[in-house]
Amino acid sequence: MATKELTPAAPEHHTSTGLDNTKMAMWAFLGSECLFFGSLISTYLLYRNGTADGPTSEELYDIPYTSVSSFVLLMSSLTMVLALSSAQRKDERAMRAWLLATALLGTVFIGGQIYEFTEFAHKGLGLDVSTFGSSFYVLTGFHGAHVTVGILMLLLLVGLSLFGRLGPDDARKVELIGLYWHFVDIIWIVIFTVVYLVPV
Amino acid sequence: MSDYAEPQEELELEHHPTPAQYVKIAVILGVLTALEVAIAYIEALEGVLIPMLAALAVAKFVMVVGYFMHLKFDSKLFRYLFVTGLAFAFAVFGVVLVIFFLAEGGPVPGGPGN
Repeated sequence: MATKELTPAAPEHHTSTGLDNTKMAMWAFLGSECLFFGSLISTYLLYRNGTADGPTSEELYDIPYTSVSSFVLLMSSLTMVLALSSAQRKDERAMRAWLLATALLGTVFIGGQIYEFTEFAHKGLGLDVSTFGSSFYVLTGFHGAHVTVGILMLLLLVGLSLFGRLGPDDARKVELIGLYWHFVDIIWIVIFTVVYLVPV
Repeated sequence: MSDYAEPQEELELEHHPTPAQYVKIAVILGVLTALEVAIAYIEALEGVLIPMLAALAVAKFVMVVGYFMHLKFDSKLFRYLFVTGLAFAFAVFGVVLVIFFLAEGGPVPGGPGN
């Protein structure tokens, strides 16, 4: 109790820029992530024809299937922004529902990716079969890992909210996780076009 | 004079889209995705396929970053941070291309050894 009295409702954050430091840090992090994924996409583009004796992308890719996955991830960005909008309106119930919907859509996407990887492995595309295989799995695998981390963070937000640890004034936390989630989505926009749609 | 500026949060929120506008943006994004997939199957567009796909991907990217991530409405400082990362990403791609295609004795992308 005494602790609560010592830490009253968080005062407005005054910084030299007038901007929230945590949000600034998140944007700087996302900028560095651009560099990270930029390197992986560059590597894939350079090695995509290096199939050696393994299967080629034309033999493997199922564009309609991946299109549905892409659409699912794209719609998860909508549910995420609706969660933030609810949080800013201090509607915790709606926020939790939209956060869960986002996590669910993310899980569907990851399930699709696991299925795709399994199919590709059955068709002979291993991580060490060719430079195409290595660069494909590393790029899409790292993206999948990012989505998984995002799902865990969304579920953490829901848990915090359920246990009363995410107050109506904590919309900033939802916004930060949201920025990360949307970033994962925009990276997939690029991967979907460059990896799946652009012909070899 | 104080070295600290006033928080800009409330100013930003006033300009954010409404939930109905977010849904409209999502519909447009869905349509653009369908368009991307459709043109990838049209053989007559083979010559202009890559520029068209790139344009559609850029449009989707900008819409998500601008409206869902609120970069269009937020401080320019956030924009600079993000665009700097993007610029570095393109620079890395350029450097890697130069190394692979111009450097003597470098590996050849798509070559038999790859």
